[in-house]
Amino acid sequence: MDKLKCECGHVNPEGTVLCEACGKPIEGNQHIDGNDKKMLLNMRYEGSARRSQTYRKSFVDKVWSFFSSVKVGVILIVIALIASMIGTIFPQAQFIPPNAVSRDPAIYYEDQFGLIGKIYYTLGFHEMYSSWWYLLLLGLVGVSLVICSLDRFIPLYKALKIQKPKRHETFLNRQRFYSETENVTESDLERMKENLKKLRYNITEQDGHILAEKGRFSRWGPYVNHIGLIIILLAAILRTTPIMFTDEYVWVREGETIVLPGTDGEYYIENKRFIMEMHDPEDERFRDAIAQEGMVPSNFQTDVVIYKAEREVPGAEPELEPILEDSIQMNKPAKFDGYTLYQQGYQQNEFSSMTFKIHETDDEDATAIDSFTVDLFDPEPEYILDSGFRVVIEHYFPDYYLTEDGTPASETNYPRNPAFVLLVYPPESDTPEVSFLGIGRNIDATGENEYKVAIQDFETHFVSGLTLRVDRTLIFFGLGAAVFMIGVIQGMYWQHRRVWIHPKENGILLAAHTNKNWFGLSKDIEKAIEDTNINMVEDRQDLDKS
Amino acid sequence: MKIDRAKQRKSRKKRNRLIYRSGILAVLAAALIFGIVSSLQNDNTVYREGDDAPDFQLEQISQNNDLETVRLNEYEGNGIMLNFWATWCDPCKYEMPFMQELYPEYKEKGVEIIAVSLDKTDLVVHQFIDQYELTFPIPHDPKGEISDLYKVGPLPSTFFINPDGEIERVVEGALTLELLEGFLDEITPN
Repeated sequence: MDKLKCECGHVNPEGTVLCEACGKPIEGNQHIDGNDKKMLLNMRYEGSARRSQTYRKSFVDKVWSFFSSVKVGVILIVIALIASMIGTIFPQAQFIPPNAVSRDPAIYYEDQFGLIGKIYYTLGFHEMYSSWWYLLLLGLVGVSLVICSLDRFIPLYKALKIQKPKRHETFLNRQRFYSETENVTESDLERMKENLKKLRYNITEQDGHILAEKGRFSRWGPYVNHIGLIIILLAAILRTTPIMFTDEYVWVREGETIVLPGTDGEYYIENKRFIMEMHDPEDERFRDAIAQEGMVPSNFQTDVVIYKAEREVPGAEPELEPILEDSIQMNKPAKFDGYTLYQQGYQQNEFSSMTFKIHETDDEDATAIDSFTVDLFDPEPEYILDSGFRVVIEHYFPDYYLTEDGTPASETNYPRNPAFVLLVYPPESDTPEVSFLGIGRNIDATGENEYKVAIQDFETHFVSGLTLRVDRTLIFFGLGAAVFMIGVIQGMYWQHRRVWIHPKENGILLAAHTNKNWFGLSKDIEKAIEDTNINMVEDRQDLDKS
Repeated sequence: MKIDRAKQRKSRKKRNRLIYRSGILAVLAAALIFGIVSSLQNDNTVYREGDDAPDFQLEQISQNNDLETVRLNEYEGNGIMLNFWATWCDPCKYEMPFMQELYPEYKEKGVEIIAVSLDKTDLVVHQFIDQYELTFPIPHDPKGEISDLYKVGPLPSTFFINPDGEIERVVEGALTLELLEGFLDEITPN
């Protein structure tokens, strides 16, 4: 038998606890909601047949019933919570501070946190939030959410749609609010009905049985709420696609025009200048901070021009058309064509040009015979000076360091610590003098140089760090949050209240149920039975406690 | 009669239930897999083995080579070793001599070596080319456009492109002579 026929004539699906039509408890199924040990009926989901509780035959059914269990859902959420907590114990790999001794995660964690750090790293917690198992866990929570909701919403919806005013006696006398009245006049009953209507209950009648109901829509609140959560989860999935979400960091030097990464070469950015302003040192508000830090910045700003590039093929010289000129400041991003550019960082450790002077080695005043300026981003191979000197740049190291085997090399692309090997040809001479020159270094290779080169002056520039972001998913997060909130409000501020009146010979049975705020319901009933001799319902919640 | 009908209805319901549940589970599983796979995909490997190598054009700056510009598409039918390097990258210095050593031989066989320099300044590139006596084309990408196009992460990065213009292999890090030879053989036209 897959159908349970109730004595009222309604055919219920298997697994039903309370007849969908008349509410009579179905004998064999009371254990499902734990009614068998209690006096009062468990009204959860109207005693409808949650399908997962019944069919467990095929593989699909087994998977389904696994995910439809709230217990499983809660366990998944708890595991996700614990994992999320573990992920915050030590900084995630991308947040290892730049000034750490070693930023290599393999070294950093053990070095900083000892054995626990090593375990943390070995188990992969250092990049947990993007690990496959963490994502899988969140996904499973989502799956559980969808299936739990479907598995409960559909039978509940059906049960509330099918419910009949005519209820079985057992259904009434096993409700929490219940009273019996021996003698009730027709006019008393009418008055009560009128009163209930005034309280905006919907009244349905069947053979003298009355159902007064209001706020049923509050029952959908949790499901609306879950739809909101599902939208948020979908938005999170969309966020992993580059079309919906891109986040790029770009360093732009003052005066430089470069391609904006992540735009397929469609946009270029020019950094016209970077400005850093400080608070007035006399400013009272910052006195303590200034005493501690020396200076307190008041403004970080990059003046930029955004270009749209037209070019035949990537790499070919583009035709740049300026589309935006803007000053980007903290919290004041530049916006263009769906992209947003935020001020995010700066560097001021780069040189843009250096001016050198040549003087005689034994001249104590170091009077310049001649001088020349080297553009550190575009140095010339040689400089021919008016005084007849010729200087050849034999080697240029923009970011000088000595390798382990003692040869000079450059660590990066950028002139942060420029150093040169210069060949200086004095006027009318073909034999060069070799000098090695850098910040704080001036080495005469042979020790016999007649002329010395020295740094006379230099210019520096700022490098501005900007974040380029496309986020088309925000609207979905907003929508999801709004739906979530609507669901919460719907379920919180309304209550599903029902009052049943069951005629009996001369009198009536009166029972009532609500999903929350029982006090409000009892107030409603008090008002409804005013000036009648119908007995007030008794709250029998304590019946099951003893 | 009545029992038959009931049985029929039952099996129909059962089938519907199976279809409905399988359908929803399939949709959820697909969303789950999509979500995980797409968020695990590192941005640095947008072009993978089997993808078509995107075309580009760059100015060639090596004085040891006659080309003025390098356009990737023009090498269709040839194998291409597309190398991204910089003078300040240590492992690049390690593999460059191997590339130079094998270049003349594989050039004959129809494999071109293209080494895109990501340096900012021309001068250091020229000095490097002279030091290592490189003869293959060195296109210059100072704006970083092509390295962004290929999502180049750590240097050196090398894309081995077969004669059909497909990426045969992506290698991050320096190559040894044996590895390089093997990979070049993979993309040698028949």
